[in-house]
Amino acid sequence: MDIHFTADQPSVEEKAAVDQELGSPETSWDGGRRDVQSDGRVSFGGHDAGSHRHKLLPTLHAVQARIGWISPGAINYISLRLGLPPAEVYGVASFYHLFSLAERPPVVAHVCEDIACMTRGSEEICSKLESTLGPAGKACMVGKAAWLRSPCLGLCERAPAAMVSTSGKSPRERVLAPATAEGVEQLLRDGVDGRLPVEPDELSVKASVPQAASPNLVLLRRVGKASGTSLDEYRKTSGYEALRKAIEMGAEAVVREVIDSKLLGRGGAAFPTGKKWEALMNQRKQGRPHYVICNADESEPGTFKDRVVMEGDPFAVLEGMTIAAVATGAQKGYIYLRGEYPFAAERLTHAIHAARKAGLLGEDILGRGLRFDIELRRGAGAYICGEETALFNSIEGYRGEPRNKPPFPTVAGLFRQPTSVNNVETLVNVPEIIRMGGAAYAKIGAGNSAGYRLWCVCGHVARPGVYETPFGGTLRELIQMAGGVAGNGRLQAVLLGGAAGAFVAPKELDVPLTFEGTRAIGATLGSGVVMLFDDSVDLRKILLRIAQFFRDETCGQCVPCRVGVVRQQETLERLVARKPLGTAGTEVRMLREMGQAMRDASICGLGQTASSALESALNRWSLFS
Amino acid sequence: MILLWGSNARETHPIFFHHLLRGLHNGAKLYAIDPRRTSSAQWADAWLGLDVGTDIALANAMGREIIAAGLEHKWFIEHSTSGFEEYKKHVQKYTLERAERETGVPGEVIRQTAHAYAKAGRAELCWTLGITEHHNAVDNVVSLINLALLTGHVGRYASGVNPLRGQNNVQGGGDMGAIPDRFPGFQHVENDEIRAKYEAAYGRKLDPKKGLNLSDMFEAMEHGTMTCLYVLGENPVDSEADRNRAKRLMGGLEFMVVQDLFYTETAALADVVLPAAAGWCETEGTVTSSERRVQRVRAAVPPPPGVRDDIEIVYDLARRMGHNWGTPKAECIWDEMRQLSPMHGGMSYKRLEELGGIQWPCYDESHPGEIFLHGRLWADPLIGPRAPFSCVEQEGPVDTVDKEYPIRLTTGRRLDSYNTNVQSGRFASPLRREETLDISPEDGTKYGVREGEKVRVSSRRGSVIAPIRFDPGLRPGLAFLTGHFHDQVATNDLTIDAVDPKSGTSEFKATAIRIDKYSAN
Amino acid sequence: MSDLAPKALIPVPRGPVPEAPPPRKRAMMELKIDGQTVSVPEGSTILDAAKKLGIDTPTLCFLDTLTPVNVCRVCVVELEGSRTLVPACSRKAEPGMSIKTDSERVRLSRRLVLEFLASSVDVSTAPQFPGYLKRYAADPERFGAKTETVKQPVKVDNDLYVRDYSKCILCYKCVEACGVDAQNTFAIAVAGRGFAAHISTEFDTPLTDSACVYCGNCIGVCPTGALMFKSEYEMRQAGTWDESRQTQADTICPYCGVGCDLTVHQQDGKIVKITSPLDHSVTHGNLCIKGRFGYRFVEVEAKPKK
Repeated sequence: MDIHFTADQPSVEEKAAVDQELGSPETSWDGGRRDVQSDGRVSFGGHDAGSHRHKLLPTLHAVQARIGWISPGAINYISLRLGLPPAEVYGVASFYHLFSLAERPPVVAHVCEDIACMTRGSEEICSKLESTLGPAGKACMVGKAAWLRSPCLGLCERAPAAMVSTSGKSPRERVLAPATAEGVEQLLRDGVDGRLPVEPDELSVKASVPQAASPNLVLLRRVGKASGTSLDEYRKTSGYEALRKAIEMGAEAVVREVIDSKLLGRGGAAFPTGKKWEALMNQRKQGRPHYVICNADESEPGTFKDRVVMEGDPFAVLEGMTIAAVATGAQKGYIYLRGEYPFAAERLTHAIHAARKAGLLGEDILGRGLRFDIELRRGAGAYICGEETALFNSIEGYRGEPRNKPPFPTVAGLFRQPTSVNNVETLVNVPEIIRMGGAAYAKIGAGNSAGYRLWCVCGHVARPGVYETPFGGTLRELIQMAGGVAGNGRLQAVLLGGAAGAFVAPKELDVPLTFEGTRAIGATLGSGVVMLFDDSVDLRKILLRIAQFFRDETCGQCVPCRVGVVRQQETLERLVARKPLGTAGTEVRMLREMGQAMRDASICGLGQTASSALESALNRWSLFS
Repeated sequence: MILLWGSNARETHPIFFHHLLRGLHNGAKLYAIDPRRTSSAQWADAWLGLDVGTDIALANAMGREIIAAGLEHKWFIEHSTSGFEEYKKHVQKYTLERAERETGVPGEVIRQTAHAYAKAGRAELCWTLGITEHHNAVDNVVSLINLALLTGHVGRYASGVNPLRGQNNVQGGGDMGAIPDRFPGFQHVENDEIRAKYEAAYGRKLDPKKGLNLSDMFEAMEHGTMTCLYVLGENPVDSEADRNRAKRLMGGLEFMVVQDLFYTETAALADVVLPAAAGWCETEGTVTSSERRVQRVRAAVPPPPGVRDDIEIVYDLARRMGHNWGTPKAECIWDEMRQLSPMHGGMSYKRLEELGGIQWPCYDESHPGEIFLHGRLWADPLIGPRAPFSCVEQEGPVDTVDKEYPIRLTTGRRLDSYNTNVQSGRFASPLRREETLDISPEDGTKYGVREGEKVRVSSRRGSVIAPIRFDPGLRPGLAFLTGHFHDQVATNDLTIDAVDPKSGTSEFKATAIRIDKYSAN
Repeated sequence: MSDLAPKALIPVPRGPVPEAPPPRKRAMMELKIDGQTVSVPEGSTILDAAKKLGIDTPTLCFLDTLTPVNVCRVCVVELEGSRTLVPACSRKAEPGMSIKTDSERVRLSRRLVLEFLASSVDVSTAPQFPGYLKRYAADPERFGAKTETVKQPVKVDNDLYVRDYSKCILCYKCVEACGVDAQNTFAIAVAGRGFAAHISTEFDTPLTDSACVYCGNCIGVCPTGALMFKSEYEMRQAGTWDESRQTQADTICPYCGVGCDLTVHQQDGKIVKITSPLDHSVTHGNLCIKGRFGYRFVEVEAKPKK
């Protein structure tokens, strides 16, 4: 295609970063050296120019990591290499919060200010940093560093949290939790001095999984063990038994077992996993490529279970995906990991290499003719990319804007091909199902909520962390398991399911933590968030922060959500400030109307649930009268 | 498949290119054959950057390759064409090796292109002035037609040969008989029966000999056999190749009338200038587009005071000569035309209005018009005469490149400009930049010139001063100028008036030039 | 040459009238809208079906010539069995669907969408808005005066276009027209995110440095007047733009041979704007810089050159 470029040229470093990701250009027409003998006579592929668009996000990452920001010259060079219009590349790059399109210091701290961290003093950290380093986003330490406010970093069990990244030839990332202002400053200084450790610290498993020693664990049983890094250890703990069995059983039988297990998706939507796989299996004869995607874009505030599983038991994720490949006929899988999980990225990358080397991924898995490989994709700071169709667009190199459904992903998903998207936790249940049989698995739990569930217990709780239980216990039991409310506080409210979930009141603690049980009281399990707030908290401020979260994270595509989340936040702000337009009553009525319009008319789940937590609180308490 | 040959449609026919791109998005393949890697060529699945004026070598080699690979459409050749055996024999010598040598394009790529064209289910072969502005324009065209006949890519839906017309009514001018040898509807003036029809309609004898084309006219002026000229809507002083000669000849006429919207360089030489209204928005009538679609133009605004519709002027002239034709009305003239030109017979204004234009031929008011031509070649038994193959030889440009004039200059249009810029020069286009001599960066190094530096560009006929611009779409030895900006760079001071004897077109596309440093920088 | 070869003097005989291959047959299906049964061919949208019943569905981001993006959500309807409302413009009709186009739920969402837009965007030159706001009794003022809006300075960086993104409802139409749906130039894209999402060239570079080729096809599809011909903008600024004094006539472009249909808008004997009909088979509403802007030569009085 005929692409127009501005006069901005890439620097040598920028070119090197791009070429390292994409390989060297072949002709001068895509950025290489000009050879007039051939380039003056022929060129090919003009219309297919953008066909490598799916490499865009990793390429942007490469430049961001190397240079610390993405300049006009870099955008031009990326566009030239990938055959894309610079305006579109800019449009994609500007969608993601982890990419900077203005020159930025090489060392950056992202300090979480989301709800879980709010309960643990993130505001104090931020105000301290403001006084020592200056306002967020402004360069400090002689222009070498900066700090930014960040949405949930998924480290809620050790809130408050922060992450520091440095750019350069060997870019580094490191998380800090629990964080202090001094700790953040120190890490920034280490980064500026080039002393940030190469490998991110392994996080203390004890701190993340309080049940770690318990013999009853199933999904979490390997977390904290050597099997997280050693394939041999993983195999010693029944690893890859299920895959071997699945290959023997064949696709139909695997799908049957998963359907029989009544496994419902653990990402929040609770769709039957077996049904998804069956839909793909039934299209195998059409000859179209199929994809399985592990949705690891865990960004729901208060959620961190998938991170703990990926860091602690990465091979289980790969095994689950490979079984999905057996069932669906997919030959390619993607793990879409949120950009803020550097350690999970490291563990998964290691596991994928090890599995390939051992013939557990690749052309002929286990010597049984199964062909399947997995590519790890890192997000770049966009909550919306956890929405499955936005995730497709993100992988394909488009802006992470959700698509209208139908068509559903099982018919037209990634690259418009049949695709099954499954959450990390969902996938690690699969090897257990195959090993024990679907019927046996279905007996665990209660009613239609079968099997095991991970809970992200955080906020004002004595022992925050990931907890595993079979379905069926009550909220009260779970809170007790986690040691109850922290300190001397009294429980004021529990947020179930995250920012898109619902608040429940102390009097509702006997609700069974099942899909049916929570639905009955107008709540949801969502992604398994159980966030406690004691009576020291001003719930209205929590609601305001949630509203701010959606305002920050809406993709901006559809009107009800793009404007609705802004008007919702503004209205809430007026109510919190006790400066309503008219009466508080009219404002609350307006909030409910906006909520309904967002729920009814938004394209995707983000807009559809952006008022859920707020409305659940309005239903339970008179916060604004 | 679309084979775009000697055409930068992305810039010269932008809305046609929209349709082409829709085809590409739906899976069609585009092959672009052009000396320059133009914005059109940048969309191509393959661009073949041949040397200027080597089209016949390329076409004949493609023909040879198609036959050698057994990819020719045997039924169609047998059933609908003539002269295949001669053609086959004729192209034998155009091997891929020879074509590579003459065109510069790798033989393997020529082979691939030939195969892709022959194997395509449907293929359009489109060309523009890159084919026709040569001294052997008609030979160039028939060499392409040979390919269509060879593969049966003609006379079928979405398969055909398609010259893209450069002016909104150049086709309509032909429709109306503004060709030296044709009456309206492309009926030959030398056919007695047809001439008799016109003589009966007009009530007088008509000249049984065909007239002169533009190049013939200049010849006639040169020889003093033409002394009087009536120019309607043309600016030959700027648009003719070797414009100094054109200017000299027209300046030497005894009497010249120019009827135009503008006071052009040509009008400046005229004895009488008749200000004419803009046909497209100040008068009623029809134009015929490149796809033979006759469409209505309408008066949207009144012409400026003192400016008149062309037909009013002609009617008035007739009145002064003693013939009262009544009140001029575009529709009446059109209806007269419909009675005499069978292919326009069914195109009443009413139907043109209702259908948003009709593609000729349209013989009567129940005829829908024809979306493509030559379908008769597929009728079994064949209707009408066979389509002939023609044997044409590669023959390079007249203005040869040598040591003294080592660079091949070719010409073309820019997206926002048009011909001599008398129309397009009057709106504030943000794309407009001054005229430049575009050369390859390598030639910049070779001749020691920077971008923006003014150089003297000389041909065997004249020289101009032009600033340099580097275009990586050009290779060493190839340069480009437009014909839009004669006030800045008089391109046609350089071009040669080598004329195709069959069509009368000049070889604007191939001039030999040299670049010299210009001291007044 | 064979004696069967054509001779220039003799007219070629008439052949059969050529035809395009017949379009694929589409099966008909029935669905119910507002209690009425309607039958439409497969592949139709709910919007098509509603249109067939004479139901007027509001739309902003939809245009026949563009791929539906279904982002404005003003066309949402209530589909029985669906948890949420569905966009009529892009949702394909299915046999047996039962749809309400004017239920309380539908009216509420449409009203809120209109209020959201009109409270954040200057809709003063958007022709559809007054009617829609009235029809749904929308009150954009109710969010108060201190709401965030997209207000920003007008971009005037060239002689042909004016971009006033204070009037942009982010319908994506211009991006589609600049992109694969028509022009394939890709000078603009959606950039940024959330409420800050906006239409932009790379790094917001002026149009004159961008890929823009000034075809004006973005202006042709803009539903709010955010994109405007400079001629119209200047007349509006001067207070001389008066559509009641304007007439339109369709004619053919005076430039290349493609035969693009131009709708010439004139006021007081002067051309003030050129558009093209969406349903014209050559242009589909699209033009190039010459067709769209190259008309000024008829304004200029011919003056003899020196």
